[in-house]
Amino acid sequence: MDKVKTIIDKEWAEVFKNRLVLSITAFLPLFMAVLPVFMLWLYERFPEDMNSFNTGGDQFLEIFSETCAGLSEMECLEVYTLSLFMFMFMILPVAIPVTIAAYSVVGEKTTHSLEPLLATPITTLQLLSGKAIAAMAPAILATWISYIIFLIGARLMVDDVVFAQLMDPMWLLAIFIVGPLLALLAVCFSLMVSARVSDPRVAEQLSALIIMPLILLVIGQSIGLILINTQIILIMGIVVAVLDVILVMITVQLFERETILTRWK
Amino acid sequence: MILLIMITTRGLSKQFGELKAVDQLELDIESGEIFGFLGPNGAGKTTTVRMLTCLIEPTAGEAIVSGYQVGRDDQEIRRNVGLLTETPGHYDRLSAWQNLTIYARLYEVEQVDRQVDKYLHMLDLWERKDDPAGTFSKGMRQKLAIARALLHEPEVLFLDEPTAGLDPQAARLIRDFIAELKGEGRTIFLCTHNLDEADRLCDRVAVFKQSLRVLDTPANLRRQIYGRRVTIQLVKPLKDYGRLFSSIANLREIEVAENNLSYTTDEPEQVNPLVIRRLVEAGAAVQFVVEQEHSLEEVYLRLIDGEAGREIQS
Repeated sequence: MDKVKTIIDKEWAEVFKNRLVLSITAFLPLFMAVLPVFMLWLYERFPEDMNSFNTGGDQFLEIFSETCAGLSEMECLEVYTLSLFMFMFMILPVAIPVTIAAYSVVGEKTTHSLEPLLATPITTLQLLSGKAIAAMAPAILATWISYIIFLIGARLMVDDVVFAQLMDPMWLLAIFIVGPLLALLAVCFSLMVSARVSDPRVAEQLSALIIMPLILLVIGQSIGLILINTQIILIMGIVVAVLDVILVMITVQLFERETILTRWK
Repeated sequence: MILLIMITTRGLSKQFGELKAVDQLELDIESGEIFGFLGPNGAGKTTTVRMLTCLIEPTAGEAIVSGYQVGRDDQEIRRNVGLLTETPGHYDRLSAWQNLTIYARLYEVEQVDRQVDKYLHMLDLWERKDDPAGTFSKGMRQKLAIARALLHEPEVLFLDEPTAGLDPQAARLIRDFIAELKGEGRTIFLCTHNLDEADRLCDRVAVFKQSLRVLDTPANLRRQIYGRRVTIQLVKPLKDYGRLFSSIANLREIEVAENNLSYTTDEPEQVNPLVIRRLVEAGAAVQFVVEQEHSLEEVYLRLIDGEAGREIQS
């Protein structure tokens, strides 16, 4: 465990001296916390404009009919908007650590610090665990903090009925359980890519592909194709958990010191 | 347990696809020895070091390092050896002190701060301990890498080109430090292109190109490749020397150039007095008698370019 902690300390010491990475880690969650609150403020400030916008396209109301039962049109619009942003809080722990994890192995290869590191008595599992936790933990923490900021802001902007929708156990499950599981999936994938490419830019671009399915889900919901509900979140959680176990094993298996040092120059 | 032999290899081989990088390497390196491993680029030196430090697996043969078997006791070997890689990278955003602390913890050093401070002082990096490694000169980066390899006090140290690319002053500092390490009883496996360095530091050297060409002390190698060449400087040029030395055994490759007479012999201690007596009897006046020293570089080039290595092996 000491060695895992050493790797985490090392990664954080390095990563957080990089202002760009630090600002991405801090700015994106903060933006995601402030933007929906700002939109709620707009709804409150210009209700008529929002109603006219709303009545212009009521396709989403059909699919949202169950959720919106007993709510006014404005309240339904607020719930719809906020649910889109709630989904963003699931994407954040995937998007943020990908950059850090994608660079973590290939970056050490390009700076020639990987060989002395692999010559120490550290196991592959310890090394990868350290790198994975170092990439995931700040992203998850930043997401949770921004989610709490968002909840406080939303509490001030919406009435009890709408706020109750935000506190739905489905979203708590999504943000506090499924989000971290997705983060682990993304980080394992990024580490696997990072160990097998020779250029950090390629690693980052390939790793970013992991976000695509989630983006498609958001688009699906925003255009009224699907509605994210508890059942979908539960299934998603189980599938991602199984994929996590498989991907962790594959990542450790594929991390061959010899191949990394000799073939991927 | 005191080990007399720190590194043993038997038939150690490594193949990458069709390419034989290391073929049937046989070595016995004694405890406390500085062992020079010489060879051209691509000869397989770094591959050998990587096998012996458990970074890559041999395809055949076996190796024992510090009493542990490669492939079976890899973690133990990693705990007991230090490695200076050919291109040592550091965490450039972190300070020298942070860099060393990370490695001390990974090597399970008990008194981390004490060891880190010790080697920062020893390698003259203390004043810059808080500066990011990325701001260091090449010589300082090399010293930091050597400190990193020594933090856990390894019995065996693998140094891959420790003075490559350094200015003469920095290179000398590193060489002096390596000599100090030998004084501490560590076994040092030194890969180098700097033959003068190998000559000065190493107890024995091996010339290697995919397989072992020769292995001996630098002095013995010179003798084996070139014999012992003696030059006698006379006051006047020597004429009609043809029959002068015909009865002296063990004398060959006689050359006369103006007033210099040169010859090769395996036993100059016995042969030189006889040659001088003949010269004096023939009326020549001797000014100087010098045994020529061939550099290790000459020996190396002859071994790598020519057949000398194979002749000696056979």
